[in-house]
Amino acid sequence: MDLAFSNEDLAFREEVRAFVADNLPEDIAESVRRGRAVAKPDIQRWQRILFDRGWAAPAWPVEYGGTGWDATRRYIFDEVMAEFDTPETVPFGLLMVGPLIYTFGTKAQKERFLPGILTGEDAWCQGYSEPGSGSDLASLQTKAVRDGDHYIVNGTKTWNSSAHVADWVFCLVRTSNEGKQQEGISFLLIDMTTPGIDPKPIISIDGAHHLNMTYYTDVRVPVENRIGEENKGWTYAKFLLGHERNSIAEVGLSKQRVRRLKEIAGAEQFGGGSLRDDASFAGKIADVEISLTALEYLSLRFLAEEAAGRPIGAEVSMLKIKGTEIRQQLTELTIETLGYYAIPFEPEQLTDRWNEPPIGPDHAAAQMPQYLFSRAATIYGGSNEIQRNIIAKMVLGL
Amino acid sequence: MDFSLSEEQQMLKDSVQRFVRDEYQLETRRKLVASDTGYSEKNWAKMADLGWLALSLPEDFGGIGGGPVDTMVLMEEFGRGLVVEPYMTSIVIGGGFLMAGGSTAQKTELLPKLGAGELKLAFAYAERQSRFDLTDVEFKAEASGDGYILSGHKGVVFHAASADKIIVSARTSGGSRDRSGITLFLVDNNCAGLSRRDYPTVDGLRASELEMDGVTVGADAVLGQVGGGAALMDEVVGQAIAAICAEAVGCMDVLQETTNEYLKTRVQFGVPLSKFQVLQHRMVDMFMECEQARSMCYMVNLKIAEEDKVEREKAVSAAKVQIGNSGRYVGQQSVQLHGGMGMTDELHVGHYFKRLTMIDTMFGNKDHHLKRYADL
Repeated sequence: MDLAFSNEDLAFREEVRAFVADNLPEDIAESVRRGRAVAKPDIQRWQRILFDRGWAAPAWPVEYGGTGWDATRRYIFDEVMAEFDTPETVPFGLLMVGPLIYTFGTKAQKERFLPGILTGEDAWCQGYSEPGSGSDLASLQTKAVRDGDHYIVNGTKTWNSSAHVADWVFCLVRTSNEGKQQEGISFLLIDMTTPGIDPKPIISIDGAHHLNMTYYTDVRVPVENRIGEENKGWTYAKFLLGHERNSIAEVGLSKQRVRRLKEIAGAEQFGGGSLRDDASFAGKIADVEISLTALEYLSLRFLAEEAAGRPIGAEVSMLKIKGTEIRQQLTELTIETLGYYAIPFEPEQLTDRWNEPPIGPDHAAAQMPQYLFSRAATIYGGSNEIQRNIIAKMVLGL
Repeated sequence: MDFSLSEEQQMLKDSVQRFVRDEYQLETRRKLVASDTGYSEKNWAKMADLGWLALSLPEDFGGIGGGPVDTMVLMEEFGRGLVVEPYMTSIVIGGGFLMAGGSTAQKTELLPKLGAGELKLAFAYAERQSRFDLTDVEFKAEASGDGYILSGHKGVVFHAASADKIIVSARTSGGSRDRSGITLFLVDNNCAGLSRRDYPTVDGLRASELEMDGVTVGADAVLGQVGGGAALMDEVVGQAIAAICAEAVGCMDVLQETTNEYLKTRVQFGVPLSKFQVLQHRMVDMFMECEQARSMCYMVNLKIAEEDKVEREKAVSAAKVQIGNSGRYVGQQSVQLHGGMGMTDELHVGHYFKRLTMIDTMFGNKDHHLKRYADL
């Protein structure tokens, strides 16, 4: 057992620090600090900067444009990203469909899709859930019927984050009604500009437009955009869910939030001092910070296992459960710091269109929307109840 | 970054597992706990033979020179067996103090004996008013001629009855809650003026109330610097916490595995309990608590030798908070999921539950360390 970083690792950390300090655009950092949604062109601009440095995809193998870093380097990289106000990685391309394509895709698919993910030029979204298929995902009904070299897709997908700004969607569709419902699903990559695709906004409780209901009417998708075999889509979806859960611990993001929480608690007045000096509130911060440390070391253990060539099983679901619970605790504590100034609700304040002084303290406006939207974290990506079912069955054998 | 055990550590683990399997069946332990001494001298001698008592002691003084991770491996298996021999007090704490603060004369005289199983140590620190604050010390040491006169009361001194020497924290100067002015002394257990009231603890160990009334010791009884006891205690108690976290992880694993197995076999309403989703999710939460605790146990044992004091102390307190939370949840839920059987003295579940409950109290409970973490 050993946690010590080698001198090379320490030099690497300084190198990443220096790079981010010099290259993270101040306007993007400012958006992150203020809790504004980072717009697509800004996300692409930052991804392009990382790409030009060769750091677009820390976890990908070198042959596909990744860094080939070992677990320690990836950990250090994430740490440094969290030290700065860097935008959250959009998971759909880099963390989800990218690894799926380089693992199961054809040579042509790899050449066609991986570069756009790496440079950030192609934004992706996910087409899984349907109005009638939430936690019971395999019951999905969106149909893809073969017509020569194409599939004709008809149906409705929902909860599609960023579908309104995405260039591509990866979709689970039904290609057969034979056998078990899991056995008739295929995995398609669909160009969002194809005629017949129509995303409609779903406004969430934070007042914002992240989510969409997407209608597919006679959408023609070339057969060459299918990943792997027909009717084997469920296998690929499961692979991808595993990948998603591994990154979904979001330790770095939560560390960023702890830092922000302490700043805000330090700025909020209480009993003649600051809220951060209040013993009971300081205890609450310490409590969640300690849970986050435990999660960090749990995910490091998984990273080390993977690096040693031992694949992680269903226990990876723990990272999703703990990571999202901690994220929710942090957003909840942050609105608690605001007292009455959690109440004013003017989401316009978070846009460039707002040119009046802030209502209440400057840091207040973003917090309630973030708290509200964070409630989704324990629902998406397989709800935390589903994750517990998975661990009970696959790990504990219950 | 590596979380795997070395070959030697794996061998050590196997060997302790064998010991626990052979010597620590619940019935055997029950007899040990009820015996006069409360543990087995035979086991202690065996631990000496196997090199476990010398494991963490320095090679220059007859030890093996192992590190915190070696102790962690040992303590985790001791936790699985609910081992009652005074390893923690005598070796981790007693040996820790000698290594961290002992003079060359003290090390030369005592460390080889400690590793050979010929000497046992205890640590007397708690007082009625001190609660978990190691530096709240009223117990007095007054300079007298070349030596000191010790007077005062120490509470819940683990394994004092079986110890040959007791390490006592005493105030040599300053007010009763000052960090400075605390000095540690090595006192013979049978010296004049020392009286003990021995009793069993709820988790099957032994402890004592200690009274000293004008005990005379020489200057050579001082352990470490005069007035410098606080820093020494921080260091050694930190190591003890790292070790007890490993013991707790061992206890929790047994409870988690046993309860999981029980749910699969116990049939009610015509199905095994394991088929009820509400119980499945409880088991998953217990499993996650075990894994979080294990992660923090690795973390603290890898950081306990860290030079940066604040980093080290934060790691210690964070781990103790996690162990407190996880231990309470896993312990209480194991009793709950075993139903009436969980309440019986006959089943091992209750004994692990009691040990975990006491581990939270040892060296400061969750609240104490949460506050300490926030203040660091």
